[in-house]
Amino acid sequence: MDTQKYVIKQISIFSENRPGRLAAIAHALGEEKVNILAFSIAEANGFGVVRALVDHPQKAHDKLQSLGFNIAFTDVIAVKMQDKPGGLFEVAKILGDAGINIEYSYAYSGKDGAVLILRVDQVDDAITKIEKSGATLMERSVFHG
Amino acid sequence: MFWDKKIETMKPAELRELQLKRLKKTLDQVQHVEFYRNLLSKAKIKKISIKSLEDIQKIPFTKKQDLRNGYPFGFFAVPLKKIVRIHTTSGTTGKPTVVGYTRNDLDKWSDLIARNMTMVGITENDVFQNMVNYGMFTGGLGFHYGAEKIGMTVIPSATGNTKRQIEMINDFGVTTIHCTPSYAMHLSEVAEEMGTTLDSLKTGLFGAEPWSESTRKTLEKRLGVTAYDSYGMSELFGPGVAFECPERDGLHIWHDSYLVEIIDPKTGEQVSDGERGELVITPLVKEAMPLLRYRTGDVTMLMEDGCLCRRGKKIARFTGRSDDMLVIRGINVFPSQIEHVLLKIPEVGNQFMVYIDRINHLDEMTVDVEINRDSFSGELADLARLQKKVVKELRDSLELRTTVRLVEPGSLPRFEGKAKRVIDRREAI
Repeated sequence: MDTQKYVIKQISIFSENRPGRLAAIAHALGEEKVNILAFSIAEANGFGVVRALVDHPQKAHDKLQSLGFNIAFTDVIAVKMQDKPGGLFEVAKILGDAGINIEYSYAYSGKDGAVLILRVDQVDDAITKIEKSGATLMERSVFHG
Repeated sequence: MFWDKKIETMKPAELRELQLKRLKKTLDQVQHVEFYRNLLSKAKIKKISIKSLEDIQKIPFTKKQDLRNGYPFGFFAVPLKKIVRIHTTSGTTGKPTVVGYTRNDLDKWSDLIARNMTMVGITENDVFQNMVNYGMFTGGLGFHYGAEKIGMTVIPSATGNTKRQIEMINDFGVTTIHCTPSYAMHLSEVAEEMGTTLDSLKTGLFGAEPWSESTRKTLEKRLGVTAYDSYGMSELFGPGVAFECPERDGLHIWHDSYLVEIIDPKTGEQVSDGERGELVITPLVKEAMPLLRYRTGDVTMLMEDGCLCRRGKKIARFTGRSDDMLVIRGINVFPSQIEHVLLKIPEVGNQFMVYIDRINHLDEMTVDVEINRDSFSGELADLARLQKKVVKELRDSLELRTTVRLVEPGSLPRFEGKAKRVIDRREAI
């Protein structure tokens, strides 16, 4: 099975935990006409990582890097969830039963329903297991223009 | 009170004679150290060229960096089997400075401590709590041995657990304490919080960092002690080099054991009495590790007036350093040490800033360091691991707990001239 089409490039940006950093990132992406489809912030002791799914990851990468940001690509997958009670459970159970660990995750609820973004330890395995279980994985092309 | 009245009150002419005799002996002793054989032969100095104490100015200085180059035992003038103790102190980069002692050295050193403590009226009737680090730092064992020599009841409480320290002071009837002035301040506050007073205390011996007269007043009031300033450094045995007498107007430096010069750190020329400069010491009784004209980096002056107690010439209380050494919680830190640690960690750049604050009377050091552009994996956990690694490496090297902040590359100031990477925001203690 071609799992690659389901691998989505998230951009991860190192940011100090101080006022104005997110604004600086968002402004840069806006200038480049890069649209943010989903994002989250993870924070640790004095710093954080801004994670985002964008329509043009390479463009976002180059722009932010040129501004001096530390930026890296991270492989994630996106799974459709039912936007109703128990929706998250269905997806989480598939991975749990398969012994695949979720390192982190975030979700959005868009016009086409709810989507769960997952960073897992075994990407290919996760894709295969989710496919088999009948849940819907979203292709990279849905996000990246 | 005197420990060794004859030596302590020696007449100037007699003292100079003793100093010259001991200087010549020291010149013999340094011949066992390759560094000094080279130094003296390059400067074309033979023992015979030193006819008076003034002739010492012909000898080049010894700097801390020289000691580092001799790591670990390059400055020992006796075989290792004659060395009975090793201490270390901070080096300028990477490796610490190693100091060694023969049995004789330990005896001389504890004798100097006994002199100091006897000078301020401490006797075998006193109970002594030594609240400084007992490891490689010379302050712990140094005072310990001196106090035992006097016959005091010694409590080697070391550092930490302030409540327990206070309980011991009260339960054991401690009369005399030794610690850094900032820890003494902290101690007094914790005692207050505990709702207890330290009624048995009489004498406080404070050193390892410079402190002011206003702190003296505060400490005396809060702890009910008479507070004395203590000076020393590991390269010169450790604490015990100079100490205040009951007059508490300058420190008596032991001229029979240390030949004192005050120099202009820029020109290296001696300055007059009453003029501030860098203290340069030639120890006169050291056996394991003799030194010639050692640049302490500490700024003081020789005081012109004599002292009512009849001991020798005093030096003024220390006000600062002629180099960039920092004293953090009594521990000496060179910014170059921090740079050295960071250079060894590829995930961070060599740009850094150090901030020093005093929070609840205790020094806190914060190091900002840029993460390397290429080392970012995108994972938060990797960054957290890196942060921990930097903290650990700094602690291992400086023996100091620091707060490390990872910052974005390019966000720290760049310096075109002399870098000013250390911002000391502490007010004087």
